[in-house]
Amino acid sequence: MSSSDDRALVLNPILCDGRGLCQEAAPDLIELDEWGYPLMRGGGLRIRLSRDDEQQARAAVQSCPKLALHMER
Amino acid sequence: MNRLMLATGPTLEEHVKPYGPLPPTDGRAKDQPGRLIDEIEKSGLRGRGGGWFPTHVKFRAVVDSSAGRSRISRTRRPVLIANGMEGEPASSKDAVLLAASPHLILDGMEAAATTIGATEAFLAIHRGSPVIEGVQRALAERPSGPVAITLVTPPARYVASEESALSNWVGEGRALPVHPDRPFQRGAAGRPTLVQNVETLAHLALIARHGGEWFASVGDPAAPGTTLVSVGGAVATPGVIEVPTGTPVRELLERAGGATAPVLGVLTGGYGGSWMSADAALAANWDPSSLQAGGGTIGASILWAVGGDVCPLQEMDAVVEWMAGESAGQCGPCMFGLPSLSDDLHAVAVAPADDLALKRLDTRLGLVAGRGGCKHPDGVARFVATGLETFSEETALHAEGSCSSASTTPLLLPVPSARDHFADPDGRDFR
Ligand SMILES: Cc1cc2nc3c(=O)[nH]c(=O)nc-3n(C[C@H](O)[C@H](O)[C@H](O)COP(=O)(O)O)c2cc1C
Ligand code: SF4
Ligand code: SF4
Repeated sequence: MSSSDDRALVLNPILCDGRGLCQEAAPDLIELDEWGYPLMRGGGLRIRLSRDDEQQARAAVQSCPKLALHMER
Repeated sequence: MNRLMLATGPTLEEHVKPYGPLPPTDGRAKDQPGRLIDEIEKSGLRGRGGGWFPTHVKFRAVVDSSAGRSRISRTRRPVLIANGMEGEPASSKDAVLLAASPHLILDGMEAAATTIGATEAFLAIHRGSPVIEGVQRALAERPSGPVAITLVTPPARYVASEESALSNWVGEGRALPVHPDRPFQRGAAGRPTLVQNVETLAHLALIARHGGEWFASVGDPAAPGTTLVSVGGAVATPGVIEVPTGTPVRELLERAGGATAPVLGVLTGGYGGSWMSADAALAANWDPSSLQAGGGTIGASILWAVGGDVCPLQEMDAVVEWMAGESAGQCGPCMFGLPSLSDDLHAVAVAPADDLALKRLDTRLGLVAGRGGCKHPDGVARFVATGLETFSEETALHAEGSCSSASTTPLLLPVPSARDHFADPDGRDFR
């Protein structure tokens, strides 16, 4: 089994249109920037997930109407 | 040192005279690239399009992602794209090479395509480029070989030459980055796509003739060979020169006739590159690691000296306004972040400067890099951040309400007119 720290939440900024539903679903992982687009924890496009993060990460993926978020590994 | 432009003219006959014919290249065998890959690896060739990425690694990645079957299916057969778009306005090396040595580039395309098992290759030159006609003539006089080479002319937009945008243009007709996968996995029409700069392919044509050891016999061992450099700005004879990598920047400026005015700062790598102080630049050599150690970027191999009666902040302002307009408008941090950076920089470039804008820039610079679908915003952020650092004295002057230059000074850095896009309405739409 893969250890949970290999898992990541990944944003495709080309698909994202910044309505921010993901931030409500995963407030510990995602903030919104001044233009209303998701700022991923730690910067960049990918958040490495600890076991505690997984539930919010999954909620964020499910909340996104543009399918701009996905989980990796 | 001249390796790339030995031909006395652009015809096939004038090409074959100094270089000899391209030796036959081994094709790809199932999951293995052709044998030329070993020479490419030995040569240490790194891509000349801006990223300086090891070429052999990309070749293998393309072959790997189309492998795994006894026969390569048509839909997974790799594609080669030669990137002759030259999106950086201060660059002219690719156009000079395309005009002087079109057959060397075409030889390189043939050898590269054969090595990865591609039978189709595309040479991309931006729409409206003056070198198109010469390339058409060169293509017409070549005997047909195992690789079908097609000339394509995507719109002259800055991000159209980014590799996933280019792959997308060849596949679907829109020069926009569309997919986070790298093109070597999913490029033109979903096929594994190898994108290489035209200069990279010209070097490859020489490696096919003389081998990897010959290639690596000159230049910096970590990024060997020769490289073309576009030298411009406050120098007596701006133009393109070929030098071994590792050549001192001081020597490059001398070869361009020397500075015509005290140099205030030097732009390295292009508008997606970095500013350096004159002192830092003069202490560096023209190779990726030496430039990086001095705060520069080799990027698209542009060296631009800013000097004389110009305000570097106003120069930067004009460039960033143009770069913000070149956003493909897909990603929030790019389509909103870059115009915000541009507005802030403008407020700093006019005197008296708005010191709140300077503070905002500090925060916003950290908000755009690494958050786009391509590296366009990263390049703009680097350009602004290194410029503010290099020209901190000028920034301080502006804060006090003065400027070291007369405000009527014409711009030195080339900024394509927005009208170029309106003249090409299709190009505005990235089609
Ligand atoms: C915004 C942007 C613009 C680019 N423009 C060019 C270009 O005009 N020509 C080019 O060869 N590479 C350009 N690149 C780099 C390409 O994406 C790609 O890395 C390169 O063509 C690969 O060739 P190489 O490995 O031979 O350097 C650009 C990259 C970005 C992010
Ligand atoms: S929910 Fe999706 S589209 Fe909306 S901001 Fe988040 S990632 Fe972007
Ligand atoms: S970062 Fe900018 S230029 Fe790159 S894909 Fe996104 S919107 Fe287009």
